[in-house]
Amino acid sequence: MVSALHTRGGERLTDFERRSVISGIGQSAVGRRLGRGGLDLTIDASLAAVADAGITLAEVDGLATYPGGGMGGPGFAGPGSPEVQEALRLNLNWHSGGIEGAAQMAAVHNAVLAVGAGLARHVLVYRTVTESSEQGAGGRQGIGMGGLGMGGGGKAPKMGGSFQWNIPFRAYSAAHWLALNAQRHFHEFGTTSEQMAMIAINARRNAGLNPQAVYRDPMTLDDYFASRMITTPFHLFDCDAPVDGSTALVVSAVGHAPNVDHPVARVDAIGSALRGRPSWDQYDDLTTMAARDAGAHLWTRTDLTPADVDVAELYDGFSFLAMTWLEALGFCGKGESGPFIEGGERIALPGELPLNTHGGQLSAGRLHGFGFIHEAVLQLRGEAGARQVPGKTVEVAVVANGGGPIAGAMLLTREA
Amino acid sequence: MDDIPFRVLPRLDDENRFFWTAGEGGVLRFLRCQACGYYLHPPLPRCPECGGRDVAPEAVSGLGEVYSVTVNHHSWDGGHEPYAIAIVVFPEQADLRMTSNVVGCPPEEVGIGMAVQVTFEAHDDVWFPLFTPVAASG
Repeated sequence: MVSALHTRGGERLTDFERRSVISGIGQSAVGRRLGRGGLDLTIDASLAAVADAGITLAEVDGLATYPGGGMGGPGFAGPGSPEVQEALRLNLNWHSGGIEGAAQMAAVHNAVLAVGAGLARHVLVYRTVTESSEQGAGGRQGIGMGGLGMGGGGKAPKMGGSFQWNIPFRAYSAAHWLALNAQRHFHEFGTTSEQMAMIAINARRNAGLNPQAVYRDPMTLDDYFASRMITTPFHLFDCDAPVDGSTALVVSAVGHAPNVDHPVARVDAIGSALRGRPSWDQYDDLTTMAARDAGAHLWTRTDLTPADVDVAELYDGFSFLAMTWLEALGFCGKGESGPFIEGGERIALPGELPLNTHGGQLSAGRLHGFGFIHEAVLQLRGEAGARQVPGKTVEVAVVANGGGPIAGAMLLTREA
Repeated sequence: MDDIPFRVLPRLDDENRFFWTAGEGGVLRFLRCQACGYYLHPPLPRCPECGGRDVAPEAVSGLGEVYSVTVNHHSWDGGHEPYAIAIVVFPEQADLRMTSNVVGCPPEEVGIGMAVQVTFEAHDDVWFPLFTPVAASG
């Protein structure tokens, strides 16, 4: 089925996606407070990805990252592309870094576009975080609080731009902005905390099988409810775990695939649409957020359907977000994600739709979108070890990043 | 006053000053297209509905309804917890809404659908539009 789809790639000129494969992946050490610099971690991940792709640094002719240097709060950004180019002495035909786009994976989308357009043959793409080390001393900040210098009642700088519409109301964090979405979902559809807890419990169960995961001890429903309330309905265990780590991958022209000594992930389709107002609180439907648009867009660019998907790696910066992605990608109807995940069997490793098989950001750590891509590729290659989806060859994986007004999706297929 | 929480202040400029200072006159104001009547929030220099460039602040009733609410328990800013963050919608226009706080009642009593009305909390040169239950404020 899948190979037949691939042969069709050349027939549809708009399908730039299928001109690319993810030929290699790499990851640095991942952990809490590693105490290593972001560039150092990025070099580890990049060298591993380049070697895995079967190329040398001299063959890398493209470089892309999210969100680019200097963005966001402490430890959020990682090194910018010029720093990585300098460190690895790359000679580039194309390079890109930026925070505006279809969520964290926009850097991968951009690389796929560059390869599809013929601007580059091997694009190194990376995402690096050192949020654990850099937030360690002062406790976790809201993502809107970067550089505010808050805490202890000190005078903070004044807030302009879009954040003036939420931060002055003490809505500092994506936890607040997305809790408002979740509360509305609970209200409209009868979604419950017991249902939402299954995202966190499933993630922890899978993380127990992942040596790179930061939280591996089993979690029960009682443990979940015993975790302190951050902002209703989000308990601490609904919120992802800041870590230090870098994930890198190489997007290569499809012609390179036969040169690689392992299966690769073919890019089948991307979803990048954003059709509502691009705002945390002004988006038309709080219960779907922008995932609705990117999810629907994805399926317009492929002949595959949700029924073809063998594994789903869906952003869980907050547990609720994975639920909205299940709906946005059509695995269940609008508002039906609560009953869909109830009990957790359907989304477990041996279930009908294995979800966040590495432990997600909730338990494997907040590698900020790229951890899901890395895991999808491992699953497609059959290299996920103890957490490899059992009983079938993973042929199709869906990956989604983002929450609120930020959303991107990608469909990957196995090419042996 | 001890019960006024720490707040990050907005940076006032020519586009937003009308909004953040409206409370001095005891009213809530939004930008409104003078051609088609559409309320623009957050403010924009051009009406996205009709393209009109003549936009001006206008007072609204200050009555609204809680569309969603979260009760924060985590300590972010050294202020008091818990507190209620809400998205409030307004009867003047279906897509007119804003994020704010509901005060004047225990935060856990704030529910979706609650009728609220604007109240203002002054900090320096800024009047924060907050909301309080209609019944409680009598």
